[in-house]
Amino acid sequence: MGVGVGGAVKTGVRGERWTGAEWDDGPLGRRERVRDGVRAYRMIAAMWIRSTMAYRASFAMTTIGNFVATGLDFLAIVLMFSRIDRLGGYSLPEIAFLYGLSAVAFGIADLVVGSMDRLGRRVRDGTLDTLLVRPAPVLAQVAADRFALRRLGRITQGLMVLGYALTALDDVHWTVLKVLLMPVMVVSGGAIFCAVFVGGAAFQFVARDASEVQNAFTYGGATLLQYPPGLFAQDLVRGVTFLFPLAFVNWLPALYVLGRPYPLDLPEWVAFLPPLVALGCCALAGLAWRAGLRSYRSTGS
Amino acid sequence: MGSGRLYAAVAAGGFRRYATYRAATLAGVFTNTVFGVILAYTYIALWDERPHLGGYDQSDALTYVWLGQALLTTMCVMGTGFEEELIERIRTGDIAIDLYRPADLQLWWLAQDLGRALFQLLGRGLIPFAIGAWLFDLTLPASPLAWLAFLVAVTLGILVSYSFRFLVALAAFWLMDGAGITQMTWLAGVFCSGMVLPLNVFPGLLGEIVRALPWAALIQAPADVLLGRVDPLGTFAFQAGWAVALLGAGRLLQAVATRRVVVQGG
Repeated sequence: MGVGVGGAVKTGVRGERWTGAEWDDGPLGRRERVRDGVRAYRMIAAMWIRSTMAYRASFAMTTIGNFVATGLDFLAIVLMFSRIDRLGGYSLPEIAFLYGLSAVAFGIADLVVGSMDRLGRRVRDGTLDTLLVRPAPVLAQVAADRFALRRLGRITQGLMVLGYALTALDDVHWTVLKVLLMPVMVVSGGAIFCAVFVGGAAFQFVARDASEVQNAFTYGGATLLQYPPGLFAQDLVRGVTFLFPLAFVNWLPALYVLGRPYPLDLPEWVAFLPPLVALGCCALAGLAWRAGLRSYRSTGS
Repeated sequence: MGSGRLYAAVAAGGFRRYATYRAATLAGVFTNTVFGVILAYTYIALWDERPHLGGYDQSDALTYVWLGQALLTTMCVMGTGFEEELIERIRTGDIAIDLYRPADLQLWWLAQDLGRALFQLLGRGLIPFAIGAWLFDLTLPASPLAWLAFLVAVTLGILVSYSFRFLVALAAFWLMDGAGITQMTWLAGVFCSGMVLPLNVFPGLLGEIVRALPWAALIQAPADVLLGRVDPLGTFAFQAGWAVALLGAGRLLQAVATRRVVVQGG
């Protein structure tokens, strides 16, 4: 198997054969390709769920393990607050609010595309070739591979912390806009983290065994967002606002909800940008993925 | 001394094995540095609020952060050392081949793990620590004796880490599936070693318990020795005590486990 994508012959779901340039805007339109991808993703994910459910006790244990493991960093924050009342001027419920939003957004991305970080290994051991010849979008196949329902543990833990934050926050002035902003935040935040996962995977086409760089941006990013931006150096905050827009996952919209001043003297309306930023990130990640896939040359093994 | 040379060769092999993956090492250095920076800022905020928390001043606390990043993979705090491979060999039965080799199972993997640890300390520990020292104001002792004591504490920590993971791996003789127990080890390691928060900051009884457990030997003990917060000899005794106890338990378990091996043939 020495062929790159450009030369590979693909067969559409309906049996048509299409090659090379047709692959881009081929006989199936863009919308149909997306539908194919979603369908392939659903089928592969369902297969993995069935296979996990064959060992229910093991599933229960790993889900609980996932829940506990992700809770440790919040436990560390609670331990900190056993010694202090405020961290960087923020109370425990306020930090729990940031933490919960970051954890849920990241948890969604981890559930949906968390397997993408295995791409480097696939490139190295040659199993990516198998995916290239199957009549389904490679992105959907890689993303759904080893779909792990146990990752719901992280989302559950994040939701519980968020729930605690919402009951314990007593000086937030709630408005309809703020309430509506919350689900938007979680979904856009999840999409931004998805883009980070996909972009990171695209990077692994080039840097095969450097998958850990991705952890710095995914897990590292999620950890960063658990604390108020005021803790960090201005340049770091600038970096994750303008260059690598993680600040839109929760910081900017959350500070609006909490009624806290924004970092970098940003205007108030940036709190409503997350959906746009998420769209932009996903588009960029998609382009990166395509470029990566196109540059792929099999190792031949 | 034939067997001494054998184990030295195994240790060298362990070192080389990890040294092969240069891009992975660089990636790890990057990730350790990013986490170090994030943690350092949260610790600055924490020590701003409570100066001298846990007996550390802010500079001690920052040194602790970067030592933690430097020792994270050296001590295998989050697992993924030899134990996964050993569990796999036990599960598949390949362990039978290892058992009739003219080498001792526990010493063989110990040699391999020492080689691995040395590489991780140099490859993934040194650079993040140097970057941390460049970015932040760290407490670094001037006396070579303090550094020597630190290296002794690190070595003893590696021994404790190894002997514990060897026990975990042998549990696979009874459990067959290592997933559950490695996850528990990972959880205990991260929380009780002081990776998330220095153990001397843990309040009350919880603090006393975690400081007495073997994981305290991995990061807290070397850090306290380097920072000059404790009597080195007492700390060495604590680490060595756990190392001897766990190595002894490993020896015992190995004897029981090898009697359990039934070669299925075929």
